Amino acid sequence: MDWTALRLSIELGALTVLFLLPVGILAGRALAYRDFPGKGLVEALIALPLVLPPTVLGFYLLVALGAASPLGQAWQAAVGRPLVFSFEGLVLASVLFNLPFAIQPMQRGFEAIPAELRAAAACCGMTPWRAFARVELPLAWPGVLTAMVLSFAHTMGEFGIVLMVGGSVPGETRTAAIAIYDRVQAFDDAAAGRMSAALLAVSLAAIALSYAFSRRIGRRLG
Amino acid sequence: MGRGVKPGCGLAAALLAAGLWSAAHAAEPLVAAASDVQFALEEIADAYAKAGGGAVRLALGSSGNFARQIRQGAPFELFLSADEDYALALARDGFARGPGALYAQGRIALLVPLGSPLKPDGTLADLKAALRDGRVRKFAIADPEHAPYGRAAEQALRRAGLWEQIRPLLVLGENVSQAAQFAASGNAEGGIVAYSLALAPRLKERTGHALIPEDRHAPLRQRMVLLRNAGPAAERFFAYLQSPPARAIFRRHGFALPGEGG
Repeated sequence: MDWTALRLSIELGALTVLFLLPVGILAGRALAYRDFPGKGLVEALIALPLVLPPTVLGFYLLVALGAASPLGQAWQAAVGRPLVFSFEGLVLASVLFNLPFAIQPMQRGFEAIPAELRAAAACCGMTPWRAFARVELPLAWPGVLTAMVLSFAHTMGEFGIVLMVGGSVPGETRTAAIAIYDRVQAFDDAAAGRMSAALLAVSLAAIALSYAFSRRIGRRLG
Repeated sequence: MGRGVKPGCGLAAALLAAGLWSAAHAAEPLVAAASDVQFALEEIADAYAKAGGGAVRLALGSSGNFARQIRQGAPFELFLSADEDYALALARDGFARGPGALYAQGRIALLVPLGSPLKPDGTLADLKAALRDGRVRKFAIADPEHAPYGRAAEQALRRAGLWEQIRPLLVLGENVSQAAQFAASGNAEGGIVAYSLALAPRLKERTGHALIPEDRHAPLRQRMVLLRNAGPAAERFFAYLQSPPARAIFRRHGFALPGEGG
């Protein structure tokens, strides 16, 4: 069992969720309640990582974050080491390819709140911020939790993008999913089997949790 | 906005922790190595640690991919290529400190899984017969585009006059280790892989192999280079790789050694 790789995966997943929590709440809420020109395009762009081959996204990220890109050079100048093949680069890539997994369930969560309820909150004299914190967020919470669980599980499982943007640097970008690939190539089926079972358990738990949260949303709507 | 601050702080703390953690590991040299040397290198790294040299972090893959990643800024300190060209090109373009050193010369072998209809025959005569009578459905080599052992396999197959016939049956491993995996798992009837992998204990129990004569391919002169950001620990490991104990391990894993002939 490669504990370093597993810990790296968990750290990556946790950081990704931490980043996506505010982003997802703001974007999900805006998409649920607002209409603006180009909304369809924005929603399509957010959903894009669901259908794009990971290698396509990985390639663009490698180009966008690489040593020759403005972002890569700015990072190198500021931090003194490259963004690609580093843990920080992996976090950035992970946040981007998890956007649909975070935003969509949160959007559904906010959409599930009846409009009358929000109107009532406004009528009662609640400020928008107070209505958000006291009424919307508690009601949308199952959607927010689902988004967090899905993003975390998806980060744990992502392979193609991580391999392209991260390489397979031990203790830096070799996540559990990559370590399994490495172990298979080292003909170490026993270790690959153990790590696969661990990821299977994590993924199953995550999906079961997110289904449980979804049911709560469903009940509230019904 | 008050609430937005908290995740920000947590994030900064986490990034800081991650930074500190990677700083703690920074002393362990980060080595990128062609996958044909993986078992030899693991053993050498163990011997190095036992001799008080400290830990080494190993990343294994195809030489071509590593060469590209190094050009894109990958943080490796030492690169053990499966050939000379990738290493020398990195030196020429300023990514490596000087031309480095030859550390081993690789050989290739025909690898067949137990129960394969293919005989382990290094002259490739049985492979030729097998192609004629349809005993081979899939044959594994590393991708010649970016894996030196894939190129050597292609040369040997061309030399035997089998390249055109076998091309539609080829499954290409991303690196030579994956090609060996394809053949060892029985998903291909055979493959041409690094001799050093065919000798690995975990493979030996489920495969047969035969060395392919040296004159069937261009020599796999394996060169290593210290990269631009190599630290003192990487320099020490670089020196150890050329020491008698390390050379003995390379030899045991089926490599010929520079300056020894044959």
